Amino acid sequence: MKPAPFDYAAPRTLEEAVALLAEHGDEAKVIAGGQSLVPLLAFRLAAPGLLVDLNRVPELAGLRLEGDTLVAGAITRHRDVESLPGLTERCAMLADGVSVIGHVAIRNRGTVGGSVAHADPAAEWPSLLLALDGEVEARGPAGTRTIAAADLFETYFTTTLRPDEILTQVRLRLPNGRVGSAYLELARRHGDFAIAGAGALLRLDGGGRIDDARVVLIGVADRAVRSNAAEGVLRGAEPGPEAFAEAAEAIDGEIDPVSDLHGSAEYRRIVATVLVRRALARALERVRREA
Amino acid sequence: MGGEREITLRVNGRELSGVAEPRMTLADFLRDVLGLTGTHLGCEHGVCGACTILLDGRSVRSCLMFAVQAEGHELVTVEGLEGPDGTLSPAQEAFSANHALQCGFCTPGFLMAVTEYLAEGAPDVDDEEALRARLSGNICRCTGYQNIVKAVRAAAADVRGGAA
Amino acid sequence: MSSTGPVGQATHPYAPVRDPDEPEVVPPRHVGRPLRRTEDQRLITGRARHVGDLRVPGMVHAAILRSTFPHAELTRIDTSGALAMDGVLAVVTAAELEGKMGPFLEAARTEISTLLKEKVRPTLKSCPMPVLAQGRVFWIGQPVAAVVARDRYVAEDALERIEVEYEPLPVVAGPEAALEPDAPVLHPELGDNVQTTFTVSVGDPDGVFASAPRMLRARLSMGRIAANAMETRGVLAAYDAGRGELTVWDANARPHLVRTFVSEMLGMPADAIRVIGPDMGGSFGTGMFPEDVLIPFLARELGVPVKWLEDRRENLANTRHARDQLHDVEAAFDDEGRVLAIRDRFLVDAGAYNAYAITVSYNSAAHLRNQFGIDHYRVESLSVLTNKAPVTPVRGAGRPEVTFVMDRLVGLIAAELGLDPIEVRRRNLIRPEQMPYAMGMPYRDGVDIVYDRADFPDQLEKALELFGAEAFRREQEEARARDRRIGLGVSSYVEGSGYGPHEGAVVRIDTTGHVTVHTGARPHGQGLETTLAQICADQLGVRPEDVTVRGGDTATIAHGIGTFASRSAVTAGSAVGIAAQRLRRKVLAVAGEVLETDPADLELVEGRVAARGTPERSVALAEVAHAAQPGPRAKLPEGMEPGLEVTHYYVPPTVTFASGTHVVGVEVDEETGFVKLLRYVTVDECGQMLNPMIVEGQIHGGVAHGVGNALFEEVAYDAEGQLLTGTYMDYLMPTAAEVPPIAVGHQVFPSELNPFGIKGCGEGGAVSPPAAIANAIVDALAPLPVRIDRVPLSPERLLRLIVEAKASAGAA
Repeated sequence: MKPAPFDYAAPRTLEEAVALLAEHGDEAKVIAGGQSLVPLLAFRLAAPGLLVDLNRVPELAGLRLEGDTLVAGAITRHRDVESLPGLTERCAMLADGVSVIGHVAIRNRGTVGGSVAHADPAAEWPSLLLALDGEVEARGPAGTRTIAAADLFETYFTTTLRPDEILTQVRLRLPNGRVGSAYLELARRHGDFAIAGAGALLRLDGGGRIDDARVVLIGVADRAVRSNAAEGVLRGAEPGPEAFAEAAEAIDGEIDPVSDLHGSAEYRRIVATVLVRRALARALERVRREA
Repeated sequence: MGGEREITLRVNGRELSGVAEPRMTLADFLRDVLGLTGTHLGCEHGVCGACTILLDGRSVRSCLMFAVQAEGHELVTVEGLEGPDGTLSPAQEAFSANHALQCGFCTPGFLMAVTEYLAEGAPDVDDEEALRARLSGNICRCTGYQNIVKAVRAAAADVRGGAA
Repeated sequence: MSSTGPVGQATHPYAPVRDPDEPEVVPPRHVGRPLRRTEDQRLITGRARHVGDLRVPGMVHAAILRSTFPHAELTRIDTSGALAMDGVLAVVTAAELEGKMGPFLEAARTEISTLLKEKVRPTLKSCPMPVLAQGRVFWIGQPVAAVVARDRYVAEDALERIEVEYEPLPVVAGPEAALEPDAPVLHPELGDNVQTTFTVSVGDPDGVFASAPRMLRARLSMGRIAANAMETRGVLAAYDAGRGELTVWDANARPHLVRTFVSEMLGMPADAIRVIGPDMGGSFGTGMFPEDVLIPFLARELGVPVKWLEDRRENLANTRHARDQLHDVEAAFDDEGRVLAIRDRFLVDAGAYNAYAITVSYNSAAHLRNQFGIDHYRVESLSVLTNKAPVTPVRGAGRPEVTFVMDRLVGLIAAELGLDPIEVRRRNLIRPEQMPYAMGMPYRDGVDIVYDRADFPDQLEKALELFGAEAFRREQEEARARDRRIGLGVSSYVEGSGYGPHEGAVVRIDTTGHVTVHTGARPHGQGLETTLAQICADQLGVRPEDVTVRGGDTATIAHGIGTFASRSAVTAGSAVGIAAQRLRRKVLAVAGEVLETDPADLELVEGRVAARGTPERSVALAEVAHAAQPGPRAKLPEGMEPGLEVTHYYVPPTVTFASGTHVVGVEVDEETGFVKLLRYVTVDECGQMLNPMIVEGQIHGGVAHGVGNALFEEVAYDAEGQLLTGTYMDYLMPTAAEVPPIAVGHQVFPSELNPFGIKGCGEGGAVSPPAAIANAIVDALAPLPVRIDRVPLSPERLLRLIVEAKASAGAA
């Protein structure tokens, strides 16, 4: 399973990378971690004329927490996010979500920017961006722009990034206060693509009612979903099995799963509901533990 | 930009050069150009882990990288695990002592992944579920994993004992 | 835990009569010890040499173009574009093979014993596979053309330039469709899609059914899996035109058979062909393939060495599939749950060609009654051709399918009678005092099946004890109260192992005193380099480290069969042991000349020959070897041929029967259908274990294979015959996270059929897991009446079954 021939460039600056994309248009494909792209090349499902390797562009590196904002350069490896000290305590949903991306060897190489730009509907990063007020920065020939997560994911493997734009940075806002969160997935085997997954975040007010809620899902539509309906049920409610069950039922209108080898649409619908319920319960446990 | 070029890699502490097109995977370059055939191909699409090597100390699937991408990095393959006098590394010793290999085809990949794990201090080594989850990135058809788990624990104990 | 006890009192009818002239068997000293493996050193240091690692000067690389249609006319193949590419040496299709290569031999020619054919009279239709597709393609993955180029990258580029036109034909998607009266017939010369059939009858099943108090019927099936050794196939061939000699390195478990195929199909003398089995990354069955002959052919035609390595995509589509059986079975039983008779009719979805004829299906028929004393039985089997990849024997080879059938029947009977399925098992097990037990039908070798010594009831109790069944039951009750569903399931198996017709060993001592064993067995993970050294060391009188074992090279031993079917410990082990015994006798005879002592007063211990009682009168093996060299100064007894070497081909009287009982604990998530395997226990009985560490490793690996078979692995085709599981993202191999911790206990009843008491153990672990896991899931969900009639069981399928069971329970 050897790839078709391609030309290769390893630019040293972002400007150079952008220029290469502008010059070669459709024929060029960027490679960052390669964990999704290289298998496609090996199966000859993709055969770009030019591979633009972003791994040597220092402007795309860097991971830092600026106050409550996590700022990750596009070629930040999943593993580096996972290994941030205290991440679980700071934002369990993020820690949980990143740690179930494939296996360690995949996370050592795969990148945040790559996963976001690839926009696999079963991938974790797009949903984490939706849940955590995410935004990305993109650079093209015309300059830099910021795209909010809600405006980024269009459909299967499609973002609103233009073909000549490179995603340069991902930013997330980690919530403060009495917060608990969780990310749960169902996959046939450990590390496989999720059949469905749910991320849930709860913030409780002084009286113990839900002040803010985020509910996101993967594997249930042509892109990651943030369930406004579920969040609407939760806001202001007393946290517990009743509210969670109602919130889980509420996702129904916002999801549109498809059938594939690993799960029918019907099955995905059923388990998505179960996962939302369980993620909310786990999120609540974590709030209570900290309190 | 697409023709063959000379590629120089630092592998197991030595500088090794060969000629390849950019599309040649790192796994194929190691095996067919540099003659380091210890790294194996099990699937060529990044699932089985047989091709695992260490890149700057981190496990990576060499079938999912191109040789040209590995320039400037520090690579370790299974051939680089033993000491200069042939002393087996703790992982190698533990695998053999605990019968954690049968046909041996997946073994180099496992050894590299385990070597990284041991270097991290073998976190959660006594948590059966966590350890098995950690090992789930490498597929074996022969051993049923029972002795691999045992070997990793033995290697971790060996490393702890040595460090003490 | 192990136990050896007095069981079965009568001697086995096939136990060979001991020849008083044969040397005594030396009791095990190295055999039975968990010696670390000698093969490990090269495997853990990256020094193994698999086919893919081998380099021959001038070597070029082949790639195979494979059919992307399940059934189609090949109306046009244009290879000119590929041929014109820089770096491409040749492109061949069936047209280029015409007149230069004979038809692909059918394994059935050698696989089915004449004795079986006489007794059972199967109908067999010959249908040889073409090496490259001729006129039509019959399965996705079938080889259509071959490219030879300077490297694999260029060869794959060239594949894309071959223009093929396919005219799709109606697809035969499954065995029932294949039997429809208006089904397309894959190979018109066969008349229909039924390639083999047989029926075996024991006792009077119809009579018993007619009078039995109770009866139930079930349709049970097991899906299709792929063998999936971690190393894909590969062949490297080099032709010496000057001498007319071929050397072939092949990742194939049967090197001597490869030589036979190449010899007959390429019209060369067998001795002009050397087939070498280098290190091999697993096999798990699988057999002979067109590439085993095509690549040597190309090397000869082109005059350059040619290497071909299969990639995983080819492997998943094509190499080879297994299981895929559909059983319509009936059991007649009484109110106590004793099974009185079984009638079974089953279809095997054999794929597009069935070279192995009834190897797997007959194994199924022979093993269905398992450890149970059921004396009235009829089984009818049809192997049906469809537009899928051909099936071959793969680890378990027909036994997992019927173990699932029998053990699920036990579950259904128990459910109907309101009994514990484990109790129903107890009531049906053959008792030790009944051993050796005649099953009333022949085994695949044609010899009537008589089970070896065993104690099945004790095995069951031991397995339950090792598992902690009582404590688990209490845990289960507590769990139920908290809405957690855990359960345990039991399955047992019997495994005919050590299949013939023979296996050989050459045992030789060189002038350094080192012992080398060459065998026709072909190790690929079983540790034969270690275990055969252990048996040689015991019988010869040397240390295991003084023995080097090499297998799978046709130049080193004239005849060989290979390693598969749990046969090598028994057959190669016996061959090595007997050859070693005879060699010891020879050594002592020559040493007697050297020391001028009666050989009867000498003994060979740890590589030194010494006079009993006067150890200072001794001589090293090296010196004895020197003395045995041919020449005027040879010190040989009258009439003895020079050299310290013995060749022996061991012919087993029939198979030995190993057995085991498995117990698994599972947890079922009722809301998602996900199954977690908590822990797994086996008690295995495989006679004298050569190396218990290696035996346990085989069991562990078999169990993992069975776990895959039960819950994860399935080769899926859609209704149009398209392959859905073409990558490792879709075909799910179990990892360490899915395989539970496994504990192995032992019983030991040395086989009476070979001098060393050995039984085979390579496959047993893979036979019972699907049944045990299915039974455990049913137990976990009880009293909800979930019917598990098919494996593999995905979470979605289980959830549907749970929902159905709830609906029917609600309606009731």
